[in-house]
Amino acid sequence: MSFPPTRLSVVARTRSDDEETRRVAFAALVEAYWKPVYKYLRLQWRLDPDQAADATQDFFVSAIEKDLVARYDSSRARFRTYLRLCVDGFQSNQVKAGRRLKRGGGAPLVSLDFTTAEGELRQHEPAIPADVDELFYREWVRALFDRAVSELRERAEARGREVMFEVFARYDLADPGAERPSYAEIAASLGLTPPTVTNHLAAMRREFRALVLDRLREVTGSDEEWEAEARRLLGGGW
Amino acid sequence: MSFLTDAAIARLCEAAAWPVFDDGLTITGVAGRGGSATVYVARDEALDRDVAIKVLDVPDPAGRAAARLAREALILARLDHPGIVPVHGRGELPDGRAFYVMKLVRGRPLDVAASAHAALPDRLALFARILDTVAFAHAHGVVHRDLKPANILVGGFGEVYVMDWGAAQADAVPEHELVVAGTPGFMAPEQERSAVVDRRADIFALGTVLTGLLGDDAPRAVRAIADTARAAEPSARYQQVAELADDLNRFRDGLAPSAYRESAAERLLRLYRRYELPVLLVLAYVLMRAGLLLWTGR
Repeated sequence: MSFPPTRLSVVARTRSDDEETRRVAFAALVEAYWKPVYKYLRLQWRLDPDQAADATQDFFVSAIEKDLVARYDSSRARFRTYLRLCVDGFQSNQVKAGRRLKRGGGAPLVSLDFTTAEGELRQHEPAIPADVDELFYREWVRALFDRAVSELRERAEARGREVMFEVFARYDLADPGAERPSYAEIAASLGLTPPTVTNHLAAMRREFRALVLDRLREVTGSDEEWEAEARRLLGGGW
Repeated sequence: MSFLTDAAIARLCEAAAWPVFDDGLTITGVAGRGGSATVYVARDEALDRDVAIKVLDVPDPAGRAAARLAREALILARLDHPGIVPVHGRGELPDGRAFYVMKLVRGRPLDVAASAHAALPDRLALFARILDTVAFAHAHGVVHRDLKPANILVGGFGEVYVMDWGAAQADAVPEHELVVAGTPGFMAPEQERSAVVDRRADIFALGTVLTGLLGDDAPRAVRAIADTARAAEPSARYQQVAELADDLNRFRDGLAPSAYRESAAERLLRLYRRYELPVLLVLAYVLMRAGLLLWTGR
């Protein structure tokens, strides 16, 4: 058995002939990338929160208008690197022109919760690495894992497996600065046996891995890029 | 949901990569990481022993990485030698990743272990065990293609294991499945150009490993052995590992290696070192006789 991608890359879907497919794909792309773009503009371009929020919205509107995704060439760069360079180009032009683009009008593609993103930055402002691509990468991974964990919880709730998710949360989402609870402690606190904790954790980890790989597949530009990003993430490269 | 710090993401990465087995194997730690796979330490509950398990890290839609891993396991299974880690089995995780189970060996990489063996004879003894292992593989039609200190493990009793046969070229492997492999600095010139090499590519890497083991103050004769092994032209190298081992043994036994043309002075010095006690006894006898003659002739 190999790992068949269960979801097509949104990069590929934004090139679909079907307008609805393109619209949904672009919304997914924005959902995956808006937070890294916002934080990148805040930290690297030193924009204030309102400027960064506006610039983030404007960037994605501009990306649609200029069909930036369709112009992506997977042989030249990873998609996230391409998008980050597009952000740099966009913001650089904004600075040169001394103006901001007028918003594209119409309903926003997805609801962007800038307040939460700003709150995260204020509470956990990351050390800015010398490599700007690394800064963007780390925020991109954070957004990816954030989505995967949320989806894991939603799926567990939908299937009545809240206890299984709780085991995962208590063991793998516990504060890394605090001492990790043992299986026996988790079992006692949830009224389970330690072997049940082991089984629940294994099932949740397996599903979490599949979700991460699925979401990764969505937001990368090619199979090779997907494999390389997965290798870095799951091969101890974080 | 609470904010995912970098440390939390690191823990989630580990959780997502952590293999879960259905059949009595429980992962207890990470032994090492390679380009596309991680070697874990695991407890085999049924046999009450620790084992090592090499598991692919990555999605493998085309199955190429899984095929390479399976090939590596098959090659290891063919090579029943004390210097090669035995394979216990192979399989596939429920999430689709390929793995194989092997004996857990503990030790230090050659470059680290060698620093604890200060004396040259000790280092050469280690190297001779490596040669024995590689010669065995060659005799079974297997060329390692990635010999380097990091892939050679030295155990607590000086036992040597040649590890990581993932790049190995075996007679059974179709040539079209091979890709250029190796580590810069240890790759023979022809290996950088071609996916298909012969045992002399390993001999080049062994020469490089030997050079690293010798240090700065090694005798010229043993340096010549290393230089011959790592000659740029394959035909100028030892053609078999056994030839390299023979030359090294000659040096270790105080004989002149074929790779080195010694001067008369070096020859005398070598002979003196080899026959130090008899030479000293003869000299003492001659001096005594000369002294006696001088004394009686007065």
